[in-house]
Amino acid sequence: MAMLEITGLKKAFGGIQALGGVDFHINEGEVVSVIGPNGAGKTSFFNVISGMFPPDEGEILFEGENIGGREPSTITERGIARTFQNVRLFPNMTILENVMVAQHCRTKQGIYGAIFRTEAFKQEEALIEERAKDVLSFFGSRLMGYRFDQPAFVLSYANRRRLEIARAMATQPKLLLLDEPTAGMNPRETKELTGLIGKLRDERGFTIVVIEHDMRVVKNVSDRVVVLDHGVKLTEGTYDEVSTNEDVIEAYLGRPAGSES
Amino acid sequence: MTNGQLDWRKVIRTGLLVGVVMVFTSAIGMVEDFDERPVVVGILSLGFLALFWYVPRAAYKVGDEEVLEGMEVHPPTFQNVIAGAAVGAIGGVVLSVLVFAVNALDLRGVFVRLSPQLVKTLTFSESAADPNLAGVLVLILISTVLGAVGGGLHLVSDKLRRQIVFTVGAVVVVALLEDVISQILRTFGLSALVRAIYRDAALRLIPAIVVAALGFFVGGRERGGESRIRAYLADPDPTQRTRKSLFVAGVVLVIVLVAPWVLGSLLSEILATTGIFLLMGLGLNIVVGFAGLLDLGYVAFFAVGAYTSAVLTSPLSPFFNPEWPWWYTLPVVIVIGAISGIFVGTPVIRLRGDYLAIVTLGFGEIVRITFLSDAAAPWFGGAGGIRNIPGIPLGFDTISGSDPEYIMYFAAALVVLAAWVSYALLNSRVGRAWTAMREDESVAEVMGIDTVRSKLSAFVVGAILASLGGALFSAKLGSIFPTSFELLISIVILVIVIVGGMGNILGVAAGAVVLIGVLGGPRQPGLLQEFGEFKLLIYGVILVYMMLQRPEGLIPNIRRSRELHHEELSQDAWLGATPSEDTAGEGAPA
Repeated sequence: MAMLEITGLKKAFGGIQALGGVDFHINEGEVVSVIGPNGAGKTSFFNVISGMFPPDEGEILFEGENIGGREPSTITERGIARTFQNVRLFPNMTILENVMVAQHCRTKQGIYGAIFRTEAFKQEEALIEERAKDVLSFFGSRLMGYRFDQPAFVLSYANRRRLEIARAMATQPKLLLLDEPTAGMNPRETKELTGLIGKLRDERGFTIVVIEHDMRVVKNVSDRVVVLDHGVKLTEGTYDEVSTNEDVIEAYLGRPAGSES
Repeated sequence: MTNGQLDWRKVIRTGLLVGVVMVFTSAIGMVEDFDERPVVVGILSLGFLALFWYVPRAAYKVGDEEVLEGMEVHPPTFQNVIAGAAVGAIGGVVLSVLVFAVNALDLRGVFVRLSPQLVKTLTFSESAADPNLAGVLVLILISTVLGAVGGGLHLVSDKLRRQIVFTVGAVVVVALLEDVISQILRTFGLSALVRAIYRDAALRLIPAIVVAALGFFVGGRERGGESRIRAYLADPDPTQRTRKSLFVAGVVLVIVLVAPWVLGSLLSEILATTGIFLLMGLGLNIVVGFAGLLDLGYVAFFAVGAYTSAVLTSPLSPFFNPEWPWWYTLPVVIVIGAISGIFVGTPVIRLRGDYLAIVTLGFGEIVRITFLSDAAAPWFGGAGGIRNIPGIPLGFDTISGSDPEYIMYFAAALVVLAAWVSYALLNSRVGRAWTAMREDESVAEVMGIDTVRSKLSAFVVGAILASLGGALFSAKLGSIFPTSFELLISIVILVIVIVGGMGNILGVAAGAVVLIGVLGGPRQPGLLQEFGEFKLLIYGVILVYMMLQRPEGLIPNIRRSRELHHEELSQDAWLGATPSEDTAGEGAPA
């Protein structure tokens, strides 16, 4: 059974049909890229899966259970985490805190433990910190050491993207949704992140859906590519199949002049 | 001043502003009322201080040059003095127009405080009917000279300027704090010294000069005591740091324990009131400062706590009067406070920002009006409230409002509790969730934080602290009425939090001390009882000034302050970092 199975997903904003009946599935351990021209509905697709907007129609089965329309926090707790296209960190929290706070739904100490500083509270705090550091260490030394106590807004653009991925990892998800993880990165950083996406699956065992514009990244990371256009799935298949598909080329570039049928 | 030249339009504008401020101060009766309170015997009264303080300040400000990067900076010249003098002169002329207007036209129908008495005060003359022309000229002259002095402050070195400000400040503070200082001196049997320093609550001339000299000396020192303490506490070695923090905390504790006996009952009373408001400020700080929920009906929980405790202790409680000792009511107060927090919180918690503020404002009023209503009168006594609340039994004695020294201990204990709760929660899973929620609510939700639950927990903790404050309040006053829980209290507590520094425990303490301790609560006297009915006006002025000049508060929370100056900071951060090129091309498949 597929880990995530979506059938007939529809979402409209006023008169705009952002998603017009999308079918999608991903199996455990897969890396699937979602591509498509601007306005194709890729980010809306993520927003609906992560619960930021409820779907109008359709089913989102995650591990056999319909999560469509659930609260975002519940969906995160079930094991889906995401990053944002326009990086949305907690800019005034420190780097360590950003990652610590993401473990909220995996921990349970409340007001009582905090006020009386119980043993259980102290142990949990230590565990949260340890896990946070572990997640940050995934990105080498970039987010380590003196960085822990710096506010997130001082980070460079690429580091903000890395921190956002770390924050998503800290929620201990099964499925990671990465929304344009390499946007705004230079070629070297892009290449490095491409490698990291592979490592996310191989070493950390995440199943990954990634929205990406950079075709070199798509080519290198994806097991399968899904193409969206105008809110519907145009085609899907391996990178080679998709990249030679007439419809896909047309969606991106338009029809060649004089080929009017 | 631009290009080193006088900008006359700015000078005239500032001068007119100074005039308007002086006319306003006179018209609301501040000058006249405060004139009865001398600051330095025979030289300065509080009235004239209120009238003229703005002249040198504005005259100094008018000479400020806007410093732009890469632009030439002009050294201050004698023109600053001229500009300052002009500002003062224009202000003085505007004020003298008022003097003549009061005489020529009868304005008392509208402005009751524009009386002949005011004219007499302003012109230093014996009778108002014949305004002393010389007096008016003196008025303009004083204003001009003060303006010139204000402008001239540009010409002296930074150090000297600070010393001058400290000198004036020291005299004013020592004169205004006459109550405290003489009380302390009397406690140590130095009544003779009190008589030597003060006459009619004002400084005598020679002591004033001594105080001025001390101020001059202190102002010349490089570092203040506060930064010294800070440097002392910032020990890199954590065990040393803990030890030093404990030492400082111990010193503060001893001061608090000794304070009521040195300060006498009037000042202890003020401290006790400050403590209760500080307790509520800390509670509201959790709701507003930590979780970012603007609650304008906070007084509701204060009222609930006070009524719970009153009903359970007072023999005159109309419906149910078990006459428990105060101590037994505390768990009940906590439980009922928490329940009322959930009760108010649940329906409003999904609202954001302004809407939340408006609805909570409504709930605050609903609670007050419920206690006031005839329908609830059989339980809570309606407008008559609940009387004969016995106070806090302590074995050997029962503590009530007539023992403010002990009430102060209780207030201090509760404040310590609230401070610990604030600190402990902020550095925990719950507190991090609050911070994240305040920064970006929808992202916090996507990161797995149940925002409804988080908000509710902030509401409940805040409600419990406020209801504990209410329990102490009812024991202190001995009788409570619905009118004790008006909207003004919610607002004053919010102002304490904002002025002090939202999200910062020390900041809230500073806010409570400045607003409640020094100025006084809505109905409680503060150190400066002179301000009396002008208290709320001064609250407003402080609030507006802080919003414009220092929105992060007196002692800001670092994070809050960053949020407020976010644009500047992120610009700096971007300049410092090397942003990577946008390489995310909209490339077609190869």
